[in-house]
Amino acid sequence: MIESNTITKGLDVQAIRQQFPALNRQVKGQPLVYFDNAATTQKPQVVIDALVDYYTNYNANVHRGIHTLAEEATALFEASRNAARQFINASSREEIIFTRGTTEGINLVAYTWGRKNIKAGDEIIITEMEHHSNIVPWQILCEEKGAVLKMIPQRDGVLLLDEYKKLLSSKTKLVSVVHVSNALGTVNPVEDIITLAHQAGALVLVDGAQSTVHLDIDVQALDCDFFAFSSHKVYGPTGIGVLYGKKHLLEAMPPFQGGGEMIKEVTLEKTTYADLPYKFEAGTPNIGDAAVLKTALEFVTKIGKEKVRHHENELLAYATGLLKQIPGVTIIGNAPNKVSVVSFVIDKVHPQDIGILLDNRGIAVRTGHHCAQPLMVCYGIPGTIRASFAMYNTKEEVDKLIVGLEKALKMLL
Amino acid sequence: MSEHKSIQAIEDELVEEFSLFDSWDDKYEYIIDMGKKLAPLENEHKLDENKVRGCQSTVWLVSEYNDGLIRFKADSDAIITKGLVSMLIRVLSNHTPDEIIDADLGFIQKIGMTTHLAQTRANGLLSMVKQMKNFALAYKIKNSMTHG
Ligand SMILES: Cc1ncc(COP(=O)(O)O)c(C=O)c1O
Repeated sequence: MIESNTITKGLDVQAIRQQFPALNRQVKGQPLVYFDNAATTQKPQVVIDALVDYYTNYNANVHRGIHTLAEEATALFEASRNAARQFINASSREEIIFTRGTTEGINLVAYTWGRKNIKAGDEIIITEMEHHSNIVPWQILCEEKGAVLKMIPQRDGVLLLDEYKKLLSSKTKLVSVVHVSNALGTVNPVEDIITLAHQAGALVLVDGAQSTVHLDIDVQALDCDFFAFSSHKVYGPTGIGVLYGKKHLLEAMPPFQGGGEMIKEVTLEKTTYADLPYKFEAGTPNIGDAAVLKTALEFVTKIGKEKVRHHENELLAYATGLLKQIPGVTIIGNAPNKVSVVSFVIDKVHPQDIGILLDNRGIAVRTGHHCAQPLMVCYGIPGTIRASFAMYNTKEEVDKLIVGLEKALKMLL
Repeated sequence: MSEHKSIQAIEDELVEEFSLFDSWDDKYEYIIDMGKKLAPLENEHKLDENKVRGCQSTVWLVSEYNDGLIRFKADSDAIITKGLVSMLIRVLSNHTPDEIIDADLGFIQKIGMTTHLAQTRANGLLSMVKQMKNFALAYKIKNSMTHG
């Protein structure tokens, strides 16, 4: 359909592909086409090597022993914290809490800051396009406290800011918003959302699960109060993530879990807590994955987010254009500002059937509600088919998706 | 009709039919075709209480018990799932509760369904089997209460 066009504005996609061993896999007898990057990205060889290197050469518990390995492991762990600080431009390493991922980061805020500060009648605002991770913790909190959860509505993938302004009041204590929607790809205007929330005296948590890999993140410029992301969506290992919080807020928050690592001194009468960030890192952390997060973030920075964005946006435009030509296809979410996520439905066809038939051609897409059921209800659909593109995807792969769809439709209709 | 065929005989028939296809595209085509041919379920049966849990798509399954035999009817909003349930109905419908409870359904594995379908859980094949066996068990218990 197109001439080979894998070198886009300096991004050598073929060279990048060679760094991702999983892309060599055959699935159902065909070369894997991996379009489920919004769920998790594949890992480059440097990340895999760094994991092996950590367990081969450094494994020890952190912040405890005075022996060499413990000191080296601690140094790697803390170097990674610093890399994460840089990656999102936090002002200090004390503001970087290691978590299991976005979900745990949001829950941490709900359980600590939320329990301390939310009272009956208070209001928390989220949006209609949240992932369940940014809905359920607030529902639990609101139920416990008798507080009220409100949603900013959206239309065709765009949040209605006028409606948001109407929701804000002196009762609003927190606005928790998804930066980039995993189901629609929309980049939300978090700058405006944050400014308005602060004017109303509310704090803002930004769910950066989808944005961190695509956009340049500067938590100081955003002036958000909390920001959470997951390593595994940024080419890093699973099981590790970061919660950023403004220092004065974190200092005033009670701890999340009790245990080792998070204490200064324990007597039976009273425990004093460790300083930031350790107050929120009870128990032996996920040291190996945390240490390797640095490798992943440096890998992304070295390739260059802007170049990658340019490439991914081209794939998005190309795929969207071709999808729209298939009879019966409706794109779900047409915000002007999107990352490389395209969600769609097809008349008279269940997304799951498409998912199964594409898988049979080695093409991995996501089908279903994408953990965003309230959003699916807005659209009156059970789910969508979602293709999400990463730095290593190509137009040739998009062509395969289109051919796969056409063949599937021939079988199904 | 398959009134007199044993469950095992119908399973063998299906394994035989699937052995004629060399590609999964063809197998899917056949499953889809079975889905399209499945008699539609009346809307009055499309109730929440008739939904099979554990499927990404919606599956409705109802049963009738007459003259010692169970008959199943089903529908789904996804066509491959509908084809799978249609296959199960072909195998299990018109048999006694005991026959259904004892069926080992080895054909599912023999036609490669378990290894091939990454989404076995999503399309809820096993949930459907379990639900059909539960119906059979319920009729059996009801029988033993009325007769014994
Ligand atoms: C927007 C959004 N928020 C939160 C999450 C949860 O991330 P995790 O499962 O890594 O905790 C996801 C993951 O899909 C997401 O896309």
